[in-house]
Amino acid sequence: MAAGERGPPVIQDIIAWLSDPAHWTGEDGVLRRTLEHLGYSGIALVIAAVIAIPAGLVIGHTGRGRFAVVNLAGAARAIPSLGLLFLLFLFLAPRVSGDAAFLWPSLIALVVLAIPPILSGAYAGVESVDPAARDAARGMGMTGPAVLLRVEFPCALPLVFSGLRSAALQIVATATIAAIVGLGGLGRFLIDGQKSRDFPQMASGALVVAVLALLVDFLFALAQRYAVSPGLTGRGARATMRHTEVAVRAAAGETEAIRPVDRSRSRQ
Amino acid sequence: MTWFLDHIPEVLDLTYRHVYLAGLPLLLGLLIALPLGWLARRYRPLYLPFTAGFGLLYTIPSLALFILMPGFLGRQILDPVNVIVAMTIYTVALLVRTVADGLAAVPDHVNNAATAMGYGRGKRFFAVELPLAVPVISAGLRVAAVSNVSIVSVGAIIGVQQLGMLFTDGFYRFFYDPIIVGVVGCILLALVFDLVIVGVTRVLTPWLRASGGHP
Repeated sequence: MAAGERGPPVIQDIIAWLSDPAHWTGEDGVLRRTLEHLGYSGIALVIAAVIAIPAGLVIGHTGRGRFAVVNLAGAARAIPSLGLLFLLFLFLAPRVSGDAAFLWPSLIALVVLAIPPILSGAYAGVESVDPAARDAARGMGMTGPAVLLRVEFPCALPLVFSGLRSAALQIVATATIAAIVGLGGLGRFLIDGQKSRDFPQMASGALVVAVLALLVDFLFALAQRYAVSPGLTGRGARATMRHTEVAVRAAAGETEAIRPVDRSRSRQ
Repeated sequence: MTWFLDHIPEVLDLTYRHVYLAGLPLLLGLLIALPLGWLARRYRPLYLPFTAGFGLLYTIPSLALFILMPGFLGRQILDPVNVIVAMTIYTVALLVRTVADGLAAVPDHVNNAATAMGYGRGKRFFAVELPLAVPVISAGLRVAAVSNVSIVSVGAIIGVQQLGMLFTDGFYRFFYDPIIVGVVGCILLALVFDLVIVGVTRVLTPWLRASGGHP
């Protein structure tokens, strides 16, 4: 596409900006900013996961608070992240000093936005566990917490991971926006570039953020594939085996003792 | 509250722009996702590359897409077309999988019955498969609608006029009122979009009401 005078020749700009080694190193280089971005995102994801995974598992296990979770997850999507970030900033910035003025509002916004997808992933994961697996576990003498940790949680892992994955993407995107209140990370290139009318810097930063998001997504897909029991993903030799049997066997530490579950009773 | 009462015309104008920027891409995205979803359903080898491939577009952070779009489209950064295209991309990213899964959820015996009644492939698609896929497609469209309303507001950072401008306005003046009005406006707008889609779905699926939820 021949870029006219009005349209910025974005690709040449990006190539030129990114091929300047000075933009990669130092305090405000791409490498340092990428690490900052990953650091803030990682901290927020861990905090959100520590809160939301146990809560989601317990809600899925007991069935209590189900209504609240379903509605919360839907309603949370409607919260505009930029508005939430600014409200937290206005409220917290005068109350704390130094770096905390932008750090706290940003991290809280990231955690708040990450909790609903993780919570609903964990909850839906436990709820989708085949009742037969649960019954089998109880029949083997497992108590409630043991059923949750050794059968329901492993069976719920695929959905727990997909919750974490959407939360991670939400965090990476919102951390970019948080540069406007002063957070470090790759968003700096977008916001600072805009202030100084440096379009190549903005566009290059935007491209790097997009690539980072794709990589994060890819890593989560990979982790999901390898962290989840082979019986659940269909990897491995006994791919056709129904996952519930496998889970119960895995839970019991057995291999071949259980007979195949009656296939006619599979979920509708 | 007084701030809101003093600025009603301005807020309404921003709301109108917000509806346009979030709503038009929903329609465009649905129109683009229908044939793509149909292809993904019809030709099995296309399912994974289509659903996963288009799904990847959704991972691009919105601010990054808003900034890159003008460059690729050769337009000025404040041109609303950039936001329309970006939001259409997000809508397609969400809906291709939904459309393919919705079509796949139509029972084979229903399709066979339609074929036996003499429906050609085209007529069967529009008269049988698509209407029966409406509940699933509508569920995906609701997710896309709510997420569009929220994402459009990020455009305020680069100066695109819509409710998000109230956020930046309040932020730069250290003033709560416009931000709160903007957040409430966005949430209400998402609710209205959701209700409209639910209403249209009800009209399009009379059999669901007649049979109490089971086709």
